[in-house]
Order: sequence, then C-alpha cells, then structure tokens
Amino acid sequence: MAEYQNIFTQVQVRAAPYPGVPLERGPWVRSGEGRFSYLLGKIGDAQVGPIYLGWTGVTSLLCGFLAFEIIGLNMWASVNWDPVQFVRQLPWLALEPPPPAAGLCMICPLNEGGWWQIAGFFLTLSILLWWVRVYRRASALGMGSHIAWAFASAIWLYLVLGFIRPLLMGSWGEAVPFGIFPHLDWTAAFSIRYGNLFYNPFHMLSIAFLYGSTLLFAMHGATILAVSRLGGEREIEQIVDRGTAAERAALFWRWTMGFNATVESIHRWAWWFAVLCPLTGGIGILLTGTAVDNWYLWAVKHGVAPSYPHVFPPMVDPAAAPGGSS
Amino acid sequence: MKFRFAVTLAIFAVVAIALALTLQHPPAESIQRGYRGLGMVQIRNPDTVRAKQISNRAPEPSSKIDPSGQPASAVYQNVQVLKDIDSNELLRLMNDITAWVAPKQGCAYCHAEGEELSSDKLYTKVVARRMLEMVRHINAEWKNHVGNTGVTCYTCHRGQPVPTYVWFRDSTDVHGMLGNRAGKNAPAPMAGMTALPSDPMMAFFDDADQIRVVSTTALPGSDRSSIKQTEWTYALMIHMSEALGVNCTFCHNTRSFFAWDQSTPQRVTAYYGIRMVRDLNQNYLKGLSAKFPHERLGLMGDAPKVDCATCHQGVSKPLFGASLASEYPELSGAVASTAGPSGAR
Repeated sequence: MAEYQNIFTQVQVRAAPYPGVPLERGPWVRSGEGRFSYLLGKIGDAQVGPIYLGWTGVTSLLCGFLAFEIIGLNMWASVNWDPVQFVRQLPWLALEPPPPAAGLCMICPLNEGGWWQIAGFFLTLSILLWWVRVYRRASALGMGSHIAWAFASAIWLYLVLGFIRPLLMGSWGEAVPFGIFPHLDWTAAFSIRYGNLFYNPFHMLSIAFLYGSTLLFAMHGATILAVSRLGGEREIEQIVDRGTAAERAALFWRWTMGFNATVESIHRWAWWFAVLCPLTGGIGILLTGTAVDNWYLWAVKHGVAPSYPHVFPPMVDPAAAPGGSS
Repeated sequence: MKFRFAVTLAIFAVVAIALALTLQHPPAESIQRGYRGLGMVQIRNPDTVRAKQISNRAPEPSSKIDPSGQPASAVYQNVQVLKDIDSNELLRLMNDITAWVAPKQGCAYCHAEGEELSSDKLYTKVVARRMLEMVRHINAEWKNHVGNTGVTCYTCHRGQPVPTYVWFRDSTDVHGMLGNRAGKNAPAPMAGMTALPSDPMMAFFDDADQIRVVSTTALPGSDRSSIKQTEWTYALMIHMSEALGVNCTFCHNTRSFFAWDQSTPQRVTAYYGIRMVRDLNQNYLKGLSAKFPHERLGLMGDAPKVDCATCHQGVSKPLFGASLASEYPELSGAVASTAGPSGAR
C-alpha cells in the first residue's frame, strides 16, 4: 500500500512514456519521446515531455525573450554594465515607463520610456500568444477552456495596470515599472496617492478572494491527502460514485462546520475564488483615479470609514494659515 | 525510519535556530500614542534608544563669565554679527564654538596663525560667521520648529568641522540610449535604502517641489498629481522617518496620510521643519559655494546642505531636547540680514 502521509509524492508510475492523444494533422508535431526524471517525480509526474510548442508557443517564447532582454539590458546599462553591481543591485533596478509629462506619447524617446513601451508590447504579445496556446492545446485535447479563462483573469489585471488605466488617465507614467522593488514601491505609492486603497471595496473583494483561495486550497488539499489512504485522490470517479473516502471527507466537514462542498463543487469554488481575485482587483485599479480620486474620502462619504475620538487636539493645516504654502 | 526521523529533526532544529536569530532581544517596545485600534504606535528597541542616548548627549555649557562692560565691537576688530554683546561673552562663545566645531584643530581652524584675530584670510572664518547668522536666524525666526529649545553649533556639528549628515546635489544627467534610472531604482541611502527616488533633498529641501500628492476630494477633480510624484514625496517621508528615528505614525494617522484633523501635533512641527531646512539651504548654505574650497564642494560644485538628519541624527528631539541655546542668549538675537555671506566679499 502506498504511503501518502509524506511531504513528497511516494508513488512514481513507470511504464513506456505516454505520447498523448493523436494530434490533428498540421505543420507542428510533438518533439521528443518523453523521458523520466526521478526528482521531478517527487513533486509531480515523473514523465517529462513530449513537448508541443506550435507557432503560438514559439512566437510567445520569442516575444517573451525580447521583453526579458530589453528589460535586463536596460537594468544592466543603468549600472554602467558592471556585472557585479548588476547582481548586487538587481532587486532595485527597473525599466521605467515614460515620465508623466510625456502623456500618451505614441513613440516615446527610447531612454524616456520608449524601451518600456517596446518591452511592454512584446511582453503583452508574449502573454496573449501563450493564452492562445493554452486555449488551443486544451481544445486539441478535448478539454474545457477553464484554464484559459482563469489565465485571462490574470491577464485582465495585467492589462489594466499597464495599459487600460494609463490610457484612461492619459499618461503612460501611471503604469507600473518593470522591476522587483520598484513595482512594490509603485504599489505603495499608488495606494498613498489615492487616499488608501484599503478603502476601495473592489480591493477588499480581491483580498477576500485571495485569502479565500489559499484557505480553500489548504482545506481541499488537506482533505484529499487525509482520505487518500481510502482512495480519496480518485476524485473524478467519486463525483458520481461516492466511495468511502468521499463520504468520510464530506462527513468530516459536516461535523466540523455543518456544510460540505462536493467532490465536484469544491473545484468550482476554487476556480471562482482564484478567478475573482484578479478580476475584482482589476476593477478596483481601473476605478482608481478615473472614478474615485481618494478612497478614504469616498469611504467617509458613503459611511464605510468610521471616525474615532480625538486623542490629540485637532490639527489645522499650517498651509491654510497666513504665509503658509503647501 | 530512525535515520529519517533524525534528519527531519535536524532540519527543524536548523530552521528553529535561524528563526530565533531573527528575533530582537530585548524585544522592541510598542508605545501607543493614538486612539486604540488605529495602530498609532511607536516601535523602539530599548538597546537602540540607550545607544542613541549615549551618542546624542549635549555637552555641559561652560561657566558664566563676568561681563567686561564693553561691547565686543569696541574691543575687537571686524566683529560683524556679535558686535553688541559683551566682549567677555564673545570670548566665552568663541571658546565654546571651538569645542563644538573644531576641538582638535583649535582656534587656528578659523583664525589664521600669525595673523590678527580680525583677519578673514581663512574661508572657515567666513563660513563660521555666516553660520552664526544662520543659528541666530533659526532661533529667532523658526520658533515654530525649534521652539524655545533652540539650536547651537553643536546641534549639527557634534565636535566635527563638517557635520556628519550633509548632502550634495546628485547628477541627474541621462547618458546614452538606455539605462535611464529616472532618479530612482538604486539603493537610496537618503530614502532608507529603498528603490524610491534617491535624491528627494534636491526636490524638496533645495527646490520647493509640491509635497502634497493625495487628492483632497473623493472624486476626480483638478488634482493631477502622478504616482511617480508620489514616490518623491514617499522618499522624503522615509528620510524624515529615518532621520528622526520614528514611525510614520509619529505624525500621521496612516489610514489617511493627508488629513490634518487626524494628525499629531508633531506633523505641524515637521511642516515648519521642512520650510526651515529649505530656507537654510536656499538663503544660507547655497550662497557659500563660492567661499568653500573645491574639496568641500559636491560633485556638482554645490555647497554642503542640511536635511532633517543634520540636527536630529536619529532622535525626534535633537540631543533629546537638551536646550544648550538657552545658556547662550547671544545665539538667539534677531537677525536682519539674509542677503548672503557678509564680509570678505
């Protein structure tokens, strides 16, 4: 009997590599025969490949590589091509969008956001082509398109941040820089500029779905592992033919919280929570600066933000005093 | 199985020790300042506070001196700033300034050896005269920042001819076709080693860029402040926080950074502090660039300038609020001239 009470997968299925379902005739074929990796088998399927790239995969990787290179070379140039400083300062380095004064320049000067536009164009193209690839590969396998639409939700947030909202605001300078710390600084500055994003109800929803996703993921993963000794990982069969594993798992949750998802519906819960996280987040970003300029004041206006007793005497803006300036 | 258990135990032990090393001892104290539930607390580590108390100790003022009955200008030549004070008071102050600014170099740091005391041969004397005017200006005109505590030379200098915390303009030139940092995206010592704009001083303490970036209306109106602009303000705020050794909540209720009615009284003091620093840089320090020798200037040929850290040095009240200035009333005289360095022009 396989032992499942472990961090790593204990079972590795080894047979002749499975090449996959027959493909329609086309210019592209799967490359490679497929081989086995013991270590990858510890965390997933031991079989690696065969791989199918197709024209969408190849062009997507190419565009992604171009974007990666443009961003990386700009970062490297910003430390005067010093390889040591490039590594040391890497988390701080970034490729900046055009300055706000440039507005929505069609072709910005290369070193004033032009590279950012080119990198953004190729990265977007790369992501969209990968989405097409995901959709088409799912169709080729006779699967539903759930993965593609979940991916589309993340793409929506990406496009809002880097394209749609800057377009509506009339300035590329509103977009996010490509960089590790700089994009986090941007996030904090975004919240400060618009009077605290925590008062944005769509931000609240997004956080709820984010944390909810992790909670559901933990509950579901733990449930299935806990009943795997009874065959619980055969989830698909148990949707229509409940075995003792599914019954026990369901009973466990009814005992502990009075209600349980089914083996099928838990996956809908998880899918919707994950999809709604960037979907609502994107709406929240899109409304910021376009429909609402200060979320705190908006929340006060609509009775969301409470007021608290004053501990200090209320301060008066010194700029409002004679001779003051902001 | 036994071996595996031992390996697992070893891994857990290593992780536990690594985690334990990240803990502070003694634990940081949290001091509530605002209404409960708002997170308006100051976090401080008792060890750090103790170390600061040692490194930010004000010197004892020198003992009072009997007046000579004659004004300084009647006894000494070329006294331009302190001419009305008693000549013995001037002597006492000169001794103390030496101890505050150039204890190792002595009188000769400003008064050239082999020359009359009145000689303006050394640039240090010309600069020191302007600094005296500056101190008197601060104590007389910037009471809304320095209060009755006031400042002396020691507040910044701490026994060194050049204060520890001064700043120079950065080069903002953009070279080449790629790699434009846009004034940010590098570990910024002035902004707490973040990737935020590395030179907020230039924008706010030399130039007078707009600091306020948060909209004051719920719905979009005329406020066109950008996110990039916000990052400059953010960098300035990090500088202030680091310079004073305080959290954001020392001045702000962070649920609403801009709202004055929810801020602490310290925010008003800080407001005037920003204006004071700007005034000092623009009217006292920048003008000295022609007086300083080349090696005292920055890369852009500018004179050293002040920011919050120059006086505060990690403490919300410089020297923990010790008022050395009250022992030297001549440093608080009202000043007329802000025209530029006087003498040796």
